[in-house]
Amino acid sequence: MDALIQNFFNPAIMRAAAPLLLKGLGMTVLLCLVVVPAGVAGGLGVALLSTVRRAWVRWPLIVYVDFFRAFPPLVLLIFIFFGLPFLGLDLPAFAAVVIAFLLNTSSYYGEILRAGIESVGSGQTEAARSTGLGRVQTLAYVVVPQAVRNVLPDLIGNTLEVVKLTSLASVVALPELLYAARSAQSVTYNPSPIVLAAAVYFVLLWPGVRLLSRLEHRMLASRR
Amino acid sequence: MTDFQRLVFSFFNLEVMRRYLPAILDGFVLTIWLAVAVIATGLALGLALATLRSAQVRPLTWALVLVVDLLRAVPPLVIIVLFYFALPHVGIRMSGVAATWASLSLVLAAYAEEIFWAGILAVPRGQWEAARSTGLSFGQALAFVVLPHALRLTIPPLTNRAIAITKGTALGSVVGVPEILTQAITGQSFSGNASPLTLGAAAYLVLFVPFVAVGRWVETRFAWKR
Repeated sequence: MDALIQNFFNPAIMRAAAPLLLKGLGMTVLLCLVVVPAGVAGGLGVALLSTVRRAWVRWPLIVYVDFFRAFPPLVLLIFIFFGLPFLGLDLPAFAAVVIAFLLNTSSYYGEILRAGIESVGSGQTEAARSTGLGRVQTLAYVVVPQAVRNVLPDLIGNTLEVVKLTSLASVVALPELLYAARSAQSVTYNPSPIVLAAAVYFVLLWPGVRLLSRLEHRMLASRR
Repeated sequence: MTDFQRLVFSFFNLEVMRRYLPAILDGFVLTIWLAVAVIATGLALGLALATLRSAQVRPLTWALVLVVDLLRAVPPLVIIVLFYFALPHVGIRMSGVAATWASLSLVLAAYAEEIFWAGILAVPRGQWEAARSTGLSFGQALAFVVLPHALRLTIPPLTNRAIAITKGTALGSVVGVPEILTQAITGQSFSGNASPLTLGAAAYLVLFVPFVAVGRWVETRFAWKR
């Protein structure tokens, strides 16, 4: 028991590691603030484009979405980080991480928003158009708001996934939360910083996880 | 060399590819084994936890929800790192494969428990009551009446989760599991050429494109008719 506390919940080591972890947390938050909005925007673009029925728009989109959903995000990140230098492009770690995560998350957000847009009946579009709204106005004021509401649990779920995804950036030595914890662990030879990092992730994401479970249960209950 | 030739030389170098193909294939097989093991343990454990939860014993349910939430909120990579780098400090030593398998199984079990539980909740109460009133015990009612209904509902989300967790096997590369990604990175650093990465990418596509297609099919096949 004592060994457990000494190794996993060592207050002295946690206190010493706290400033480093706080810096790491800052990087994690920064990554989320870049990747989530850009991913949602990209996904919305994908979803709106997929409402176009022309084959030359549809097929490349399906290929894009399936391709980047098929790749494990870590694989994508490694290939961009280690592969691009062979093309003569030396990207800083932050840029590689952002590009990899954007390709991945925009595909997921795109699929979710597409399902949302399809769930809004065509009567809504027709009614909106017949009141004199333009195409863009119809999408912005009538279709997209309802689409977002219909797939809100999936959107929240994916956003939680993106936040957890940022931990992969540690693999290419971007100093985010997990990387900071691992550096602190290797300096102190004590795994308490990793436990602390896990706790920080938990505190950060737990409200989202609870909210998500509630929304999912309510959705299922409303369907029966 | 022209730019195009340099591109081909760096990314599609047949000679390098031939040299690293066996290693990538080994990684491919290991990835599949690991995924099958994780899905089997994760789903079984998830179903067991959901069954426990359906007993509706307050303190048990709270403990269960806390553990499930913990596993859903902490990134899987952090859990793998904890298993592999932290547990040895208290005398629990495991290989990279075991750490990856255990971590991913636990994470999948947490998601699966939520999904199974939501499925059980979605079965109308009348089904329970009818089953119990015909003389089935709680366990029989659950096994023969409620779960068969519930499982149908859970197939699409479980398929998606299983695919997602299979992608998580790539995280094993962080703790030295010789799966596809590790083999590709090793090949790339030994040969100083990006072709092993291309091979690795191709291996992942071969592995996952059918999954994505099956996922699309399952979603339409088992969709709720509204």
